[in-house]
Amino acid sequence: MSHIETFYEVMRRQGITRRSFMKYCSLTAAALGLSPAFVPQIANAMENKPRTPVLWLHGLECTCCSESFIRSAHPLVKDVVLSMLSLDYDDTLMAAAGHQAEEALEDTIEKYKGEYILAVEGNPPLNEDGMFCIIGGKPFVDQLKHAAKHAKAVIAWGSCASWGCVQAARPNPTQATPIHKVITDKPIIKVPGCPPIAEVMTGVITYMLTFGKLPELDRQGRPKMFYGQRIHDKCYRRPHFDAGQFVEEWDDEFARKGYCLYKVGCKGPTTYNACSTVRWNEGTSFPIQAGHGCIGCSEDGFWDKGSFYNRLTDIHQFGIEKNADEIGTAVAGGVGAAIAAHAAVSAIKRLSGNNENSEDTSA
Amino acid sequence: MSEQSVKAEQPAATVPAAEGDSDMLVRRQTAVYVYEAPLRLWHWITVACITVLCITGYFIGSPLPTMPGEASDNFLMGYIRFAHFAAGYIVTIAFIGRIYWAFVGNSHARELFILPITKKSWYKELWHEMRWYMFLEKTPKKYIGHNPMGQSAMFVFFVLGLTFMIFTGFALYGEGLGYDSWASQMFGWIIPLMGQSQDVHTWHHLGMWYIILFIMSHIYVAVREDIMSRQSLISTMVGGWRMFKDDRPD
Repeated sequence: MSHIETFYEVMRRQGITRRSFMKYCSLTAAALGLSPAFVPQIANAMENKPRTPVLWLHGLECTCCSESFIRSAHPLVKDVVLSMLSLDYDDTLMAAAGHQAEEALEDTIEKYKGEYILAVEGNPPLNEDGMFCIIGGKPFVDQLKHAAKHAKAVIAWGSCASWGCVQAARPNPTQATPIHKVITDKPIIKVPGCPPIAEVMTGVITYMLTFGKLPELDRQGRPKMFYGQRIHDKCYRRPHFDAGQFVEEWDDEFARKGYCLYKVGCKGPTTYNACSTVRWNEGTSFPIQAGHGCIGCSEDGFWDKGSFYNRLTDIHQFGIEKNADEIGTAVAGGVGAAIAAHAAVSAIKRLSGNNENSEDTSA
Repeated sequence: MSEQSVKAEQPAATVPAAEGDSDMLVRRQTAVYVYEAPLRLWHWITVACITVLCITGYFIGSPLPTMPGEASDNFLMGYIRFAHFAAGYIVTIAFIGRIYWAFVGNSHARELFILPITKKSWYKELWHEMRWYMFLEKTPKKYIGHNPMGQSAMFVFFVLGLTFMIFTGFALYGEGLGYDSWASQMFGWIIPLMGQSQDVHTWHHLGMWYIILFIMSHIYVAVREDIMSRQSLISTMVGGWRMFKDDRPD
């Protein structure tokens, strides 16, 4: 295979017309928040650039990222991006198995040194030398380090790879560790979410393939174009929040009226994701639209912040699980009692002191 | 004590010797100008702002019952948040002004920020003050400015507490302003430092209780000292003059 096909060639081979291809380019530009001026640029890149090989590794995870990815709403994304990715290794999706599969991995690493993108779904458990996740007879952490060594860039799919997710929840017996703590010498793009939105995943990949560079990242390494704002900032229920209109109980009139879910624990105000704009399943809906608060699945440690249905999160550092107000009231009560006691003693002392003084003067 | 370094005013009032005690010293109630006008103004602005901040902050965490009517007819949460942010801005700007005043004001203006931890006598006086609060000393010492315990509490609870609240507060405020806003650029680094946005919310909330503890103790001690110590406390923060109740040495 001396000639690597371009994206366009792959698309044409799959029976996609030029007209459809141009539509795809416009839609991609829109999805990435780019101006129409970028459409020809995307088309040009797609026509001329060789496909970028992608290795897709699976560590400790539930495959929800893959499930989300293959349900990407845009049919072209599903049919084409997946194939144009030249997914050389993805143990869930590939036809090969066993030694053949591991061979494919080695071949790609050897052939495209420094060229391929490493996409990681899930994370490596580090406890017991990584024995809690074995791929091809070896700990996953070894495979991850090996594959990352010659990668151009690394994508951390989902909250597992980005933050640790459920398997890293307290007490984290397997010591599941997000990949940026294992791979420290490569650029890592975090695409958190449990799972991430399909269009966000394909959008990130398309951006990287088209422009040959990483999308602009925020402080925590997430693409700004999808994680630049909180769900709350673009939520269609936001006017009810500003008005002070909240769902108080799950079965009340306000829930039926579609008021803000803030009081029943919606994490929209603290969660950076594109759910309220891109939505899910071909833009059909997203959790808040379905009447349930956001659980904050794309945020670091969302599984350890107490109930999904409380506004104030529990604090574990005090042994017992209490929220800030409960702790504050208890401590303030204690201090108040101490002040009252101190004041009482002071008053008694002063009174007896006065008596002494008066005795002194009279004497 | 640092009275020497302070501009001591002439005795404000002279009380004639108590009847029948011809051999006693003439009792004089002296007064010293301690808190200059900008400092007093700052104190009361901060009082007002922190009151607003605590109340509105509490209702941001635990909102009031749902408002009736259409969303377009109400803006309660919006007003509460506006009051919180406005008071936050004012308390911050006032605090910056207060730091400036520490440089240009009199020596008492610096007491909040600089603890004389290298002075040995300061620890002795701190110990004395603690004993006074544990009812082990019969008479407190006289102070023109803060006593060592009060000064330590002001620094640890108030200066550090307020700084923490300003930093975390503007980090959270920057989330709403957007990633490229000044608040996010200056304070946004705090969010990943503490975990995520929700963690910063929780810490900011705990910070409120820390400040409330300070307020409780602050008011109690001010009232108690006003009654039991040998100098004025509350009126000093209104008029600026520290009055002494007796002429005995410290």
